[in-house]
Amino acid sequence: MAETQIADFGLRELVTFRVGQQDFCIDIMMVREIRGWTPATILPHAPPFVLGVINLRGSIVPIVDLSARLGLRPSEPDDRHVIVIAVVGTQTVGFLVNAVADIIGINQSEVQPTPDVASDATRAFIEGVIVTEERMLRVIDIKTVLPKSMETAEAG
Amino acid sequence: MSTANEIRQTFFQECDELLEALDDGLCEIDEGIADESFDLETVNAVFRAVHSIKGGAAAFGLDALVHFAHQFETVLDVMRAGELTPNDDVMKVCHRAADHLSDLVAAGRDNEIVEGDLGTEIAAKLSGLVVGSESAKPDNDTESETFGFVPLGLPIPTNTDDEDQELALNRFCVRFTPSAGLYTSGNDTSLLFRELAELGELEVTAETDRLPDLKNVDPGESYLSWVVILLTEESEQSLREVFEFVDGLCELQINLDLDATMPEGSPDATKDVDDEAQASSGVAAEESDSPTMVAASSPDSGTERAKPATGPKATVRVNLDLVDRLINMVGELVINQAVLTQCIKDAGLLDRGELSTSLAEFRNLARDIQESVMAIRAQSVKPLFQRMARIVREASELSGKDADFLTEGETTEVDKTIIERLVDPLTHMIRNAVDHGLEPPEQRRAAGKAETGHVKLTAAHRSGRVLIEVSDDGAGINREKVFQIAVEKGLIPGDSILKDAEIDNLLFLPGFSTAKEVSNLSGRGVGMDVVRSAIQKLGGRVSIFSQPGKGTTMSISLPLTLAVLDGMVVDVAGQTMVVPITAIVETLRPKAEDIHPLGADNQVVSVRNKLVPVIDLGVVFGHRRTPAPISDMVLLLVESDGSESWALAVDQIFDQRQVVIKGLETNYGHVPGVAAATILGDGNIALIIDPEETAHRSGPVADVGDRARLEEV
Amino acid sequence: MTIKVLAIDDSRTIREMLRHTLTQGGFEVHVAEDGIDGMEKLPQVAPDVVITDINMPRMDGFGVINAIRAEAEFAGMPILVLTTESAQDLKERARNSGATGWIVKPFDDGKLIGTIRRITVA
Repeated sequence: MAETQIADFGLRELVTFRVGQQDFCIDIMMVREIRGWTPATILPHAPPFVLGVINLRGSIVPIVDLSARLGLRPSEPDDRHVIVIAVVGTQTVGFLVNAVADIIGINQSEVQPTPDVASDATRAFIEGVIVTEERMLRVIDIKTVLPKSMETAEAG
Repeated sequence: MSTANEIRQTFFQECDELLEALDDGLCEIDEGIADESFDLETVNAVFRAVHSIKGGAAAFGLDALVHFAHQFETVLDVMRAGELTPNDDVMKVCHRAADHLSDLVAAGRDNEIVEGDLGTEIAAKLSGLVVGSESAKPDNDTESETFGFVPLGLPIPTNTDDEDQELALNRFCVRFTPSAGLYTSGNDTSLLFRELAELGELEVTAETDRLPDLKNVDPGESYLSWVVILLTEESEQSLREVFEFVDGLCELQINLDLDATMPEGSPDATKDVDDEAQASSGVAAEESDSPTMVAASSPDSGTERAKPATGPKATVRVNLDLVDRLINMVGELVINQAVLTQCIKDAGLLDRGELSTSLAEFRNLARDIQESVMAIRAQSVKPLFQRMARIVREASELSGKDADFLTEGETTEVDKTIIERLVDPLTHMIRNAVDHGLEPPEQRRAAGKAETGHVKLTAAHRSGRVLIEVSDDGAGINREKVFQIAVEKGLIPGDSILKDAEIDNLLFLPGFSTAKEVSNLSGRGVGMDVVRSAIQKLGGRVSIFSQPGKGTTMSISLPLTLAVLDGMVVDVAGQTMVVPITAIVETLRPKAEDIHPLGADNQVVSVRNKLVPVIDLGVVFGHRRTPAPISDMVLLLVESDGSESWALAVDQIFDQRQVVIKGLETNYGHVPGVAAATILGDGNIALIIDPEETAHRSGPVADVGDRARLEEV
Repeated sequence: MTIKVLAIDDSRTIREMLRHTLTQGGFEVHVAEDGIDGMEKLPQVAPDVVITDINMPRMDGFGVINAIRAEAEFAGMPILVLTTESAQDLKERARNSGATGWIVKPFDDGKLIGTIRRITVA
């Protein structure tokens, strides 16, 4: 990791996690906390990837199954799963992931365009990829993974 | 910039308070007209309110507002001086002026311009009131003075005389004899010289001729004169400005020393001497009196107040966000307490005497805190009622029906948001009362009633809720006509047999309007159905009661707060959900013979000979695919717009309790059929059902687009 | 030394404007909402200059001037009167009642600050 290199875009810290068999990451600035899975209250008429809402210290927070959202297999959440609580604009949303790996510092210039090999469903949600010696990290564009009703809620 | 905005915001907040005080004062004067019992201080307060609005408006450049406030203020000033006795006609103009002022404030807030000639018309009426009154100030007095005031210390390039002299150094000779009053007014000769010194090169000589022997010196008297020679590029005007505040408290001669000779120089340079001499001789004598005595002779002196007004109630202004956060946290506390109780119960420790006593105390304390915090958001309905007074005035004017407006329970406190959202429905109801409720004067006379109708608005706390009533003493609902219209519009079959109350309730049906032609007043494209749905959105109910020939009363029953609601906690196919109790007419366990299938999937239940469609909430919310057998279910009878009923089928009823309302909109968005969420004692989330929306969604004629529009009301 | 100003006005808007403008101008600002409030705060604040509105509930501006001039400790206090009307009679009344000077609302920030500096010693 070329931390000393100074580029136009500067340094970013990313939280990496595993969804299905793939590695993803999001900007640490968006992450508020990481917590274990707790059963969610089902939201009627919600898209399939919205697992429901949980009580986060008095706030009602929707949980998105990131695997289902990214077009991978829907998760069957259990105690081994982890919820990444992220703040997007004024909204707080939880993302169900398999496991959180680590926090890495990268330079924005290391983020490469998404290669064509990725499936279309996934590509729509990916801002770019970071290739390191042992793995390929997909950087999630978090705004695109919010369910539609959230976007309209924000617009209204 | 943000500070300027904040101050601007403060100004408009203050305007609201001042407009309220203005209205209050005018009403108080109204009441005192007959026996001239109103207090002069009331007129003063009214004047002050308008004056303060004008003052602030001027600072923000709201010229239209300043101008109108000034005209209004002029009338009030005359009234204050006792030269205009308020009577009904005068007060009518004043009320209309107050209404217009309020419009101008609103327009200023929204950066809009008030269109139309209303302002000119009222302004004309206002000036009509002051004509003939001696102290009527000509309008241009203030204007010209305000804008003609010359900024201090700034050179005035427009002055052509100065331009010629600008480059040359002027030698001024100033002869300055302070009176005692100059010192007692807090002015200081040394400060004046300091300021002169900033204009140029200064040479000061004291003349001590008048100084008596030391033992005869009166410390309050002024004995010294000064001669000041000033070399400056500035004009005489600039010099005079230095002495602006002491004008009249001294003898002052300023001479442009053209020949470098002494004061009594060329005549044109001493053109002001006469004025000065006059002013100083007159005022100086007065000023040797003690300043207290002089001031006490002024009519407005504070020491002369007949009745000292009571001081303002001590208040703290708090950001609403902070209050809402506090309410939220207290809500958490209540939930937390419930969780704790549940844990202790689960651990089998609840029967320990001390523990359960402490828990009960904790619970009561938490409830008390919650109630106190909610009370912070509560506001009196008075401003709302005042707005309605205006609606009555306008409606009365437009319809040509004289109406007296009476209020009761103005101090009743309700949640701020509820008050805000009551404005529209209440406006509509009040307009209706005047427009449709009251008969025209001739008809009233024929019925043996006073020509002036009465519209009454009351508020009261009634068993944990707020009851607001709008009543009129008109002819009552013409039930024959209502029935006929409902049939004509296809709202009910022509052979329906309805009770009086049921006919009255037809008014709430969507699309119902009794006005044959759309009138200016009520015909604003909304009907009573919108009023009803707006009230229901607030967790309230509206009902109507009418007596032929005597009048109509509409009652609104509302919760005290939007932060909590009384809910029925139910089981819907394994999910815990909450139904607002206000929506539930009754709960019933249906007998098998009361249930009838209708079509493929639908069922109806007969309740007192009326067939009510059954809605299985488990199916509506997708928790099961096919309806469960109704015989195993509990039915919650709910009523919707119009007199339609639905029976919501749930698996079982757990509990009835107060729940804290949590919005879903912030982090997610609207869920169809769901009003909000709450957190249960076990920390889990339960969704709060919107019965009306749920019913409409399952109903055969659900028109989502139309409903979405109504929700904005 | 910072000049201490006690500003008395029953309009919250004007109080806020005065506070803002004068704080920006480097003054220490205290506010009061009417004459009575002002007189209560006077000894605590011990200002270098008092700015007061005329028309106020409970005790008006003239009352304030009288009360201040009647207290030996503050008799020489510079007092500026805030007035909307710059009409001559009001100025005269202000002067007759013992005010040091006046400021016409709406005031210009620079002028307000200049006027205060002009009548204070610091």
